[in-house]
Order: sequence, then structure tokens, then C-alpha cells
Amino acid sequence: MQKKENQEVENRPDNTAFTQQRLPAWQPILSAGIVIPLFVLVGLAFIGIGVALFVTSRNLHVLEMDYTGVEKTSPCFSCSDPIKQKNCKCSLSFELDKLFEGPVFFYYGLTNYFQNQRAYGVSKDYNQLSGDLDYFTFFFSIVPDSTCKPYRYDVNNKPIVPCGSLANSMFNDTFNLYQMKNGVKEEVPLDGKGISWWTDYNIKYRNPSVNPLRNAFNGTVKPLYWSKPAYELDPTDTANNGFINQDFLVWMRRSALPNFRKLYRRITDGLPAGNYSLEISYNYPVIAFDGKKKVAFSNVSWMGGKNEFLGIAYLVIGSLCLVMSVVMLIIYHWRNSSPDAN
Amino acid sequence: MPWMSPLARIRDALAGQRARDKDLRNLVSNLPYEGLDKWKQPNRHFRNNGIKTTKYSVLFFIPMNLFEQFHRLANLYFVGLAILNFVPVVQAFEPEVALIPICVILALTAIKDAWEDFRRYKSDKKLNRLPCFVYSSKEKCFVEKRWKDVRVGDFVKVESNDIVPADLLLLYTSDPNGVCHIETANLDGETNLKQRRAVPGVCITVSNTDILLIIHAVIRTGCLGFSHPDLVLKQHLVYLKGGCTVRNTGYAVGFVVYAGHETKAMLNNNGPRYKRSRLERRLNIDVIFCILLLFTMCIIGSLGHYLWLESMPSVPLYLVPQTDGHLDTPSLSSFYKFFSMIILLQVLIPISLYVSIELVKIGQIYFITNDLDLYDEETDATIQCKALNITEDLGQIQYIFSDKTGTLTENKMVFRRCSIMGREYPHKENECVRRALKMYIYKIKILMFTKSLPPNQQETEVILDQKLLRQIRGTEKIDAYQDFFLALAICNTVVVSMATAKRLRSNPLDTLSSLVRRAGSWTRLRAPITSETSANDLTTQGQSVNQTGGQTCSLHVPPQGTAPAVPAGKLCYEAESPDEAALVHTAKAYGFVLMSRTPDSVTVQLPSGAQLRFEVLDTLSFDSNRKRMSVLVRHPISKQCILYTKGADYAIMELLETPYGEKQQKAIASDTQQHLDCYAKEGLRTLCIAKKVLCDGEYESWAVQRQHALAAMDNREQLIMDSAVQIETNLCLLGATGVEDRLQDSVPDTVMTLREAGIQVWVLTGDKPETAVNIGYACRLLEQDDLVINMSCKSKVRSLISNSQRKFPLYPEVRRYSEDPRNVDTTPDISLVIDGRTLTMLMSPDLRDRFVDLARHCRSVLCCRVTPLQKSEVVKLIREKLKVMTLAVGDGANDVNMIQAADIGVGISGQEGMQAVMASDFAISRFKHLKKLLLVHGHWCYSRLANMIIYFFYKNAANVNLLFWYQFFCGFTANAMIDHWLMIFFNLLFTSVPPIMFGIMDKDVSAEMLLGLPELYRTGQGKGEYSFFTFWISMLDAFYQSLVAFFIPYFTYRGSDIDIYAFGTPLNTISLFTILLHLSIEIKAWTIVHVFIILGSVTLYFIVTLAYGVRYLNYSGYWTLQAQMVDPMFYLVCLISTVIALLPRYLFHVLKNSITCSPIVEARHLDTLEPSTRDQWIKEWRSFRGRVQDKTSDVSASPPSELKPTQSSSELNIRLGLVLFCHI
Repeated sequence: MQKKENQEVENRPDNTAFTQQRLPAWQPILSAGIVIPLFVLVGLAFIGIGVALFVTSRNLHVLEMDYTGVEKTSPCFSCSDPIKQKNCKCSLSFELDKLFEGPVFFYYGLTNYFQNQRAYGVSKDYNQLSGDLDYFTFFFSIVPDSTCKPYRYDVNNKPIVPCGSLANSMFNDTFNLYQMKNGVKEEVPLDGKGISWWTDYNIKYRNPSVNPLRNAFNGTVKPLYWSKPAYELDPTDTANNGFINQDFLVWMRRSALPNFRKLYRRITDGLPAGNYSLEISYNYPVIAFDGKKKVAFSNVSWMGGKNEFLGIAYLVIGSLCLVMSVVMLIIYHWRNSSPDAN
Repeated sequence: MPWMSPLARIRDALAGQRARDKDLRNLVSNLPYEGLDKWKQPNRHFRNNGIKTTKYSVLFFIPMNLFEQFHRLANLYFVGLAILNFVPVVQAFEPEVALIPICVILALTAIKDAWEDFRRYKSDKKLNRLPCFVYSSKEKCFVEKRWKDVRVGDFVKVESNDIVPADLLLLYTSDPNGVCHIETANLDGETNLKQRRAVPGVCITVSNTDILLIIHAVIRTGCLGFSHPDLVLKQHLVYLKGGCTVRNTGYAVGFVVYAGHETKAMLNNNGPRYKRSRLERRLNIDVIFCILLLFTMCIIGSLGHYLWLESMPSVPLYLVPQTDGHLDTPSLSSFYKFFSMIILLQVLIPISLYVSIELVKIGQIYFITNDLDLYDEETDATIQCKALNITEDLGQIQYIFSDKTGTLTENKMVFRRCSIMGREYPHKENECVRRALKMYIYKIKILMFTKSLPPNQQETEVILDQKLLRQIRGTEKIDAYQDFFLALAICNTVVVSMATAKRLRSNPLDTLSSLVRRAGSWTRLRAPITSETSANDLTTQGQSVNQTGGQTCSLHVPPQGTAPAVPAGKLCYEAESPDEAALVHTAKAYGFVLMSRTPDSVTVQLPSGAQLRFEVLDTLSFDSNRKRMSVLVRHPISKQCILYTKGADYAIMELLETPYGEKQQKAIASDTQQHLDCYAKEGLRTLCIAKKVLCDGEYESWAVQRQHALAAMDNREQLIMDSAVQIETNLCLLGATGVEDRLQDSVPDTVMTLREAGIQVWVLTGDKPETAVNIGYACRLLEQDDLVINMSCKSKVRSLISNSQRKFPLYPEVRRYSEDPRNVDTTPDISLVIDGRTLTMLMSPDLRDRFVDLARHCRSVLCCRVTPLQKSEVVKLIREKLKVMTLAVGDGANDVNMIQAADIGVGISGQEGMQAVMASDFAISRFKHLKKLLLVHGHWCYSRLANMIIYFFYKNAANVNLLFWYQFFCGFTANAMIDHWLMIFFNLLFTSVPPIMFGIMDKDVSAEMLLGLPELYRTGQGKGEYSFFTFWISMLDAFYQSLVAFFIPYFTYRGSDIDIYAFGTPLNTISLFTILLHLSIEIKAWTIVHVFIILGSVTLYFIVTLAYGVRYLNYSGYWTLQAQMVDPMFYLVCLISTVIALLPRYLFHVLKNSITCSPIVEARHLDTLEPSTRDQWIKEWRSFRGRVQDKTSDVSASPPSELKPTQSSSELNIRLGLVLFCHI
């Protein structure tokens, strides 16, 4: 019945809220009256966060030392040209007048080092690094991956493992920290476990399941700049070799910015006040790109290392919001009263 | 198929090509060749009737579609970039990743195209499968075949109400006179019946089909010959066009002349028109800016890379040399980097913008077509959007050019008054009856609570003038009165059909017919009105209609008094124009009933009951040059040869016989002229009726000439017209008629509103100035206190004016008048009335500029007596000189030019067929729909699309700039800190839907406000929201936000051990939040859909990124977001960066909403009020404004004089309105 009557109205559009654009809508109008409370709230919250951040950051200590050796006064000046000086060692001494609370993170830092450029970043073979033996050998210029060029084969056409520019340029300075106790050097224990990402160590990077590890590397050569092959990176700990060597993993995680630091070791118990000497085996060349090498000791909190910027930013924006709310209030008053004034 | 040499095949194919191309067609009947192989068929060269409108075939869809798509420059650009990425030295992404966006875009477009093509394929198939009857010589009868099997040279039988399958030569019909009635609604929407005649002399019947065998037709453009009876015929009379419907005829047999794609209907079928909107044109300029910006950024990158390389003392470890171990020179390397940068930053040129705009427009059109307010119940028609890509132009209209008849008015003619032999018969009774009827219908409507009765159809009923009735009754001899009515009955092209022959409406091609109302259906409604109205009305309407009046206009008088016993009531008149129908109905009401019409004769029943059969000697049809039509008949009794002429008054008055001395005739002419002027003042359409008696000799000699003209090959039209002009002289005036064309529903309100919206309304009509001015007042185009400048000139003074130095003295005066500070407020609005001849002069090159200048200062312009060509010229002139957006609205074939010339053409599907609708971009059914279409949908579409596009540019820039800033820290090596897949997803998945939804659904102001405050429409006019300024502001904002989104994390993580993707993750997240929250600030009205989509986008981002971080081991950002999400710093960085990035825009909006008093902002404030309060406010404000408008002239403070009067007052109004609002 309905159908028959609708014969002539078959083109009639549906009368629904959606088709008639009558869906219930909330129409917020951003005007002074509404935003004042919002600004006050945001301002107060930001100041709160800012204070927390600032105070936390203030409580953190950082000790940063440059050991590039560009200046003649620098103890590492003699080592700064590593081509002349093989296996050069130098030592840096410093004094702590109060306890450096633990855990203290021990970083090495590089400046002007562009780990983040594209050609450098792609210069690796993922399959190799995940322990796939098929990618260790020469296979008709397909293996290892061509992205490793020119660090793919050595002059004898033997495949380089791990191949690529990224692995090749691995940082190879090593550090030993001694505390001077009554003229006696006492080595501070450095903890090198768990300094890389858990996923890198446990999932992403894998050694080939060959025992002993060195057999897997038969027929391959170590990267050109390396002094030791991958399976001998850590002579003290056999588990810390190959592609899951912690220092290697830390290096392979490319830094975002050209001035960066990378975690070297952890000092769990902290550093008591006193005189220290840091012995550096100076290998890594940085003069070629005007770079600097640093070491840094820092303790960390929930917000990471010492950084006052974020706290200040929160404080500034928080206060700005409060100021804004006052301005808004004035505007609101002015607008409300102006029609009456006329 | 027997073997044919390839050479023969080629020869055959060439011959076929020639045969098709020739305008002379040699056709032979297929019957003798039936059953022969295909290559022996004589008509094998001609196409068969199968049609194929699809663009692609299944096999070649992909290559063909790709080829089509690559015609777009933008697509080529992106494919070029993708290919560039495969070149190792300039590579910026993994090459496969770069292919994804372009593939997605191409695939989306291909799917859309495939779907459209599939729909075409389905409709083709449906058409090709329709059944029809083709004669088969084997079976000796008509056998059923499918349309696609019909071939040229076949004989096809078409039964009543069937559609003609191909272009046919009509050979035989079941009608004894050889007449076939057809309806061409499917072709042009005209529902009136047209007559076609079987080719005379080829009298075939179904039983005697031998003659079919020897038919050999030669078709030439314009005329047609037969080998057998050697005849030359006027083609259009014997031609059945494919696609039209046979009506009122048992069946018809025709010979297929053109089939399939060669039929006239297919040849006329042009594809959809492509218009480019103004916004899109401006958008393209901004795309060019984006390209420049991109190049600048790439050059900076390339230069930076050069400097970076140069600054190095020697080769560091991290620089990766080529395979052979050496490094490229810095200059070469930086040259490569330029291209890498283009690839990296390509998103700056919004690849998906064009696709998004198309999607948004589809959504907008969906909402427009689904609007109930634009739906007309009477005709069951919604608005049709034919142009899909100019919706936003609707929001920028500055000038509307409207037709009058059928657009502003109903185009349902009602006979009102007449003047016969100088005596006026005012038909006063009409008035009160109409009022009574109106009330009655209104009541029925309320009672039935539905659409039901179309209110105007009954008004074809004519209420007789008693005086005139007595006058006719009193005389039996043939006098002028009888002549007058005979002329009304005879001098037309009305076709009589039986109302009982109900037409079938359910044919498959009938997409248009639902829009067109049947003209003659009034008869159905007659019974209830005559019986019920009298009873109902006179009792309930006692007060308003006085008793005596009620009696005189009693409804049963006329039918009973005059109706003869014959079934005249069943007659149904199908007229080409409503005027004709009205006149024939009038004649019928006075007893002169048009009983039937064939091409040869007209039968009229006289009041006495006698039937007269007039032999029609010739019909001189109407044309717009002559502005009249004539029918030449032989009177059955007196055997006199009589010419009845009907036409526009000035066209007839010039041709009147000037009898010397006979004062009476002169008096009649002058009296009639007086009456005509009076009618015109009332807004009636006037026609003059005249007659002429020819002596036989005169006729004979003229007929010979006429035959020559008809048979002429060259210049035929002109000759035919000349012959008509030749005989239409020395006419004897019988009288004149006044026919009313009522205004459509709420036209004055619509015109007023449109004008308040800052749109200038021009009316261009073919009517007399008096009529037009009257309608102008009626529809509030002109106001009583307007200063109306009437510009008209007689043809004689033409040379005088154009030669004189003071060619056009008006404009400076007007300007002086309006610029005089004392007059700024007191000046009444100026309106201009121009007639066609004057317009021709004004359009001449030397006067053009002054005319445009004057017209610009006029509030409304009325052009009368303009031709269709002039209409389009006026539109073009204004459009080009003033650089404004124009809209033309019309309903008839005479408006087609104008509709096509304007930026937007709107067709009204009314009484006059479908040509206007076919040519239009939007087809509406009522003029009043224009109000909501422009004020609401136009405004919304424009503001939505403008904001969406600006947002789109901003979004891409904000996102891509992050990459650009990063280049400063990675040696300009075109590296990204965000994974490439996530970068691609960012644009394709995470941020693509919200802007589209924003473009389809956002509502800055509610429909009620937009309709209540038409002034809001002005925001879209001229530059509107999308301007150079807004574009650059948003680009600056994008730069600012990207700076914040980059450098806050930068300073936070500077010097730390953060790795590259862990650094990119907060950047990407900040960018997402900034972009989405930016949109949230811009969204004016939140519905559940908005919330769902915005939240959905954020969720999708996290789900995809997290899933991606887990799934892909070799992904460099493996587990990155997971690691970041357990770090509180991540949230703190994201929070503060997002807040800082959005603060300026947020503040800007707050301040804009608080300090400035832009109408839109105020309207939005009002929108938040309760609907009842809001309506109350609008009402109060409207009445307040009315008072203010009166007052402003007295107060006359000191409004800025550089503003145009209309503008200043409206702005003042808004201010005052605000004051009022603030007081509430």
C-alpha cells in the first residue's frame, strides 16, 4: 500500500539526519570566555611539569671531557694523528670533589660525525647481521648485498663480514678508568652488559649458529679498518662476540644528530670523590672532519640525562599561558563592556 | 564465411567507409538478400543497431586507462619522480616505496573509471537487448528480434507506446490518414505529441509486402528520394528518430535508415561537459607556488650539500665512496642531491589533493541531491547535478541572469481577458473563482495532509464572461466574434489526443519523463471540483467571497451552459507552448471545440453542435524573427481561403491593413492597442489575433512560390520565411488576448533574499517591457520607490542616437547623483529597464563599457524583448568586463545560450521541455530552490572546499618541512629520520581521511542562519576565504609548526645518545597531532562522524606504527615506538611541541572570535543559542532592519562615501544587528 502511494515520490530523498546534514553537532567557538579557564589550567599544569623537570635535571651531574688532542696542552695531543701513532695511548686525569652517585653512565661522544647520512646508513647487509650464513660468501655479486659497496669485497674478492661502511667505521677507542688512591691506581669496574637495546641484542642481530663462532667466518675477511675480526671483539667474554657484541650494537644504532654520545659502560656503584685517571687507547681518527672526541660521565633519572631545556620550555610556556589568560580576561572585559559604553 | 582475398576485403572496407561518409545514402531493402552471407549484403557497410558507449574493453582496460591517466600532467610528474628514484645516484628512498603513492592514486582513479564504464556497459546491454519486430521474408511476418540485430535496410514494426529502435523512414501506420504520433520526451523532454506522416505513395500493408522488396531509398541531408515513386519529401515529416516513443497510433512500420551510432540521437549525445571552477584555477596558481617553493628548498639543499662537502679538510670515515673507491666531486654530488631532494620533498606538491578534491565534490553533490528542501513533490524531482566539479562556484555568485517565463513564473497560462473588435471583456469572474479554488485546494491539501493536488492545473479551466457569452449566443451568422474563436481554435499546432489513451510511463529510457508533468491531465481533476467546490466553498467561504460574487462565478454554469453532448471532456490537448493550450481551452469553453487535427485538416465543433472540417492549406510555423504563426485554411462552407494569424502585438500591428477612410478599423486597432497596453500593465502576456481572406488566384500564385521554397536546396529556411512574410500582410485585426502567467511559489521572497545576499539579479525576457516591469514589481525585483530608468528607443531614432554626440548621457548623471554626498542615503535604488533594440546598441563596442558601468550601479536590470543570442551576449559581457561569477537560470530552449555562457547554468525542468536542463550544470524544479542551493549549499561547498584545500597545502608543507629541517643536520644528504613506509602511510592513511571528511561535512554556520541572514553569503563572493593571503598565512603557519615540531625535540635530544629513528618517532607523532589538532581547531561543527574519524586516524597511526615496528625485523625502526612509548620524555616532548605549535593558530582564532565582528563569527555565536531563541532573534532583527532601512535615509550620519549604497547599508545593518544582539 505504501509502495503504491510512493510511486510518484520514488525520487524523494531520505529524511535522515545524516542526508539532511542535521546530525547533532557541537559547535565550539574559541572565544575569550571559554579559553581563559583552559589557559589557566594548561599554564598551571605546564609550570608544574616544568618545575619537576627542572629540579630533576638540576640534580643530575655531568662530567664531560674532550680528549681529541687538538690543542698542544691536551694530554692526547701526541695521539691526535693516528696515522703516525699506532696503538697510541694517553691518559686523562680529573678530580671529583664529591660523590658521583651511581649508576653513572660512561659515554663516549663524537661531534661533527654524520652517522645519519643516507648512503652511510644503508651501507650494511641486514641478512648478514641476522646471522644468515648464505650472505657470508661470495655469490655472483648478489651476496653480500650491493648496498655494502664499496666495503663489500676486499681486493682479493673475498667478502667482508660484516660488510658495509657503517660496520667498517666502528668506533675503536677503548677506555680504562682508574681511581688514584694514595698514589695507587685502582681500576674502577666498568659494566658493559646491557648497554645496547634489548631487541637489538636478543632479536634483531644474531650470530650464525656455528660453534665455535670463528668457523662461520671462514673464507671472509674482517672490515678494512678493523684491527680484530668480529668473532674476537671481546677477548674477555666469548658470548660478547660477533654481531651481538654490545659495542658493535651500540655503534650500529645510528645516531640522529651529528653531535652525539654513545653509551660505553656503566658504573653501577658510582664514583666516590677523589682523583681519577682515564686511560685511552687512541685509535679513532677525527681530525679528517674537524670532529671532536669526548668522554662523559653522567647519572640519569626517569627523564634521561641532564637536559634543562625541556624544563625551561615548560616553565616559559606555562607562564605564557597564564599571561595569556590575563590578556584574555582583559579582552573579555573590554568586549563585554564596550557595547554599553557606546 | 567463404574465402575472400585480403585485397577484396580492403577494397570492401574502403567502399564501406566511402558509403558511410557520403551525405548521399543509397539504401536497398534487405529482404531479397535475406539469408545470404554477410559480405554479400548490400547494406553491409552501414553499422548495425548495436550501441557501445563504453570507453574501455576488458582486455585493454589497464593500458588504455593508464594512457588516459597519463594525459594529466600531475600524474606524469609523479611517475617521473618515481622513475628518478630508481637511478642509484639520486635515490632517496627504497625505489619500491616511492612507487606506492602514485600506484595508489592511479589505482583509485582506475577503479572509479572502471566502475563508470561498467555502468555504461550495463545500460548498453540493456538497450541492445530490447525487443523489436523486424520483417522476415522467410516467415512472411514480423518476427521478434533484439535491438542490436536490427540492420540498415530492415523493416521494423513499432507498436504503440514502444520506443523506436533506430532512425526510421515511416512507410505505413495503422492510422487511415497515415499519421503517426510520437513523443520525443526521451530525446528532448518535450511531452507534447508530434505528428509524422507515412511516405505518401508507398502504400504498403502488412499483407501486401511485395513492394518492400523494391524499395531503394536515397537519403540526402535535408531531403529524401525514392527510386520507386520518385518523391522529394521534407525529411523531418516522415522521419522517426530513434529513441522517441510512438503514441496514439496502433503501430507503425518503418525502413531503417540510420542505425546504432549513426542515429541522430547518438550523434547529438555529447559527453558531459567539463568546467573548471574558479577555485580550482586559483588552486593551480598555488600549486605553482608550491613548485617554486620546492625548487627553492631543493636548491638550498643542494647548495648546503656542496658547502658541507667543501668544508671537510679530508675524507672522513663516514663518507661512502663510489665502488671504485673515489668520491664524486662536491659539485657533481650536490647536483645529484638536487634530484634526491625533489624525491624526498615531493609531497610538498600535493599529489593526493586532486583525488581528494574529487572525492569531496562527490560527497558534496551527494548532500545537495539528497536535500529534501530541493525536492519538488509535485514533479517528484530532486535537483540534478550535471556538472560535478563546480559545486563551490555556487558560493561565489555575484550576478544572476534569469529568464522570466517558466523561471520566475509558472509558465502555466491562464486565459484572463480578451478584446474582440475593440471591445474589452475583462472576465472579472475569473478572479474570485480563482481565489475560491485556491482556498479549496488549500483545504484539500490540509485534509489529505499530502502533496496530492497540483494547485495550478485546474486553472486551465476558463470562467466565461457572461457578456461575451451572450454576444456569441446572440448571433448565428459568422461574425468577427466567431472568427476570433475559430482563430483561437485553428491557429495553433495543438494535437488532440484522447485522455483515455493513457500513456505507459514505464519504459526503460524514461529517465527524464518523471520530471515532466503531463500537460493535459486537468481533465481528470475536473469532476471533483465542479461537484465539490461549489458546495464546499460557498458554505465555508462565506465571508471572503460575497454571495452574489459566488453566484456569478458559480462553477457549474459554463460546462452545463455550453457543453455539447459530445465527449468533449475527454479531449486532451497537447500543445507545444502553454499559451496555445490556454487559448484552445478558451475557445473550447466558449463552445468552439477543436475536435481533431491532422496535417491536412482541422475539425472544429461550433457552439451549435455542428462540426466544421477545415482543409489546412498550409501552416506557417512560429519563428522568433517573425514572432507570429499563421494557418491557411479553406472554409468548408464558403470555400474561402482564410489566413488566421496569431502573434506578438507589435508583430501583428505593423502588418494591419490600412483601409483608407474606414475609420472603424482604425478605431479597433487603436482601442485594441489601448487594451493591450492595459493588459501588459497587469502583467499579462498579450497576443493579437488577425485574419485575412485571400482570393483563390492570390493563393494559387503564392502556393507555387511556397512549393519552390520548400523544395529549394539552398537557403531553404530563408526562402520559407520570406514566403511566409509575403502572405502575412494586410491583415484584419480580430482582437487580442491576455493570458496570465502566475509567479511561482515564493519568487519575491527568493529574489529579495538573493539581493540581500549581495547578488545582482537581472531578468532577461522576450516579453514586452510593460509586462516585464509588472512582473518585476510583482517579484520585488523593482521596488515602488526605486528610480527606474527606462531605456527604449524606436527603430527610427536609432541612427539619431548613435550619431549624436550625447550618445549615452545617463551614466554620468547617475554617477553624479549617487556620488553626491547629500544623496548617498536618500538615493533610491536605481533600476534599469532596457529593451532589446536598445540593448543591441548598448552592446556595440563603443558603448559597452559605459553600459556595464551604468549597469553595475543599478540594483536590478530588466532586459525585455531580447533574443536568445542577446541573452548570452549580455551574460558574456558582464562576465568578462566585471570579472564576476555569473549564474544563468532558465527553463526553455531560448535560455540554452545564456545557460552555457554563464559560469554556472541552472536549468528549470518546467513546461518547456528539457533543452535547458540538458545544457545546464544544475537542474532544479523551482526557482525558489535557488535560494537554498546558493545561500546554503553554495556557501557550505565553497567554505568547505576552500578550507579543505588550504588545509591540504598546510598539511603537506608542515609534514615535509620536518624532513627539510633535518637536512641541516644530516649534511643535506636527503636522508629521512622517519621510515619511508611510515612517511608514505602518513599521507595515505593517517591524514587523508580527516580533510576529506572536513571538506564534505563541515558546517561553519547552520542552514537556518544562512537562510535567515542572507548577508552571510557575501563572505564567499569576490576573493572569499580562499585567497592569496590565506594561502600564505597557512603556509607560514606550516613553516612555524614544522619548526616547532622539529626543534623542540632537537633541543631536547641534542647531544644525547638518541638514534635516528627514535628521534624521528616523536617528530612524526608531533606532526600527526599538530596536523590533526590543527584540523580540530578549524572544524566548526563536530558530529559523531568527525570524532570517529579523528580518533580513528590517531588510533590507526599507533596501531600501524606499533604493528609495523613489531613485524618487520629489518625495518630500521624496529621496536622504536614501543621503546619510546615507555619513556615519559616522549610524552612530555610531544605534549609541549604540540601545544607550542598550535598556540598561535589557537590564539588567532580566539582573538578573531573575540575581537573582530565578522558576520560569520556573529552568526556562529547565534547558532549556539537555542533554536527558538535564534529564530526569534532572526525575526526581530529582520523587522528591526526593515525599520533601520527606512531610517537610515533620515539619520544619514556619515557613512563612508566610497562604499556603494547597498553595501554600506548592509554593513551598517550587520553592525546594528550586533548591537541588538549584544543587548539580548
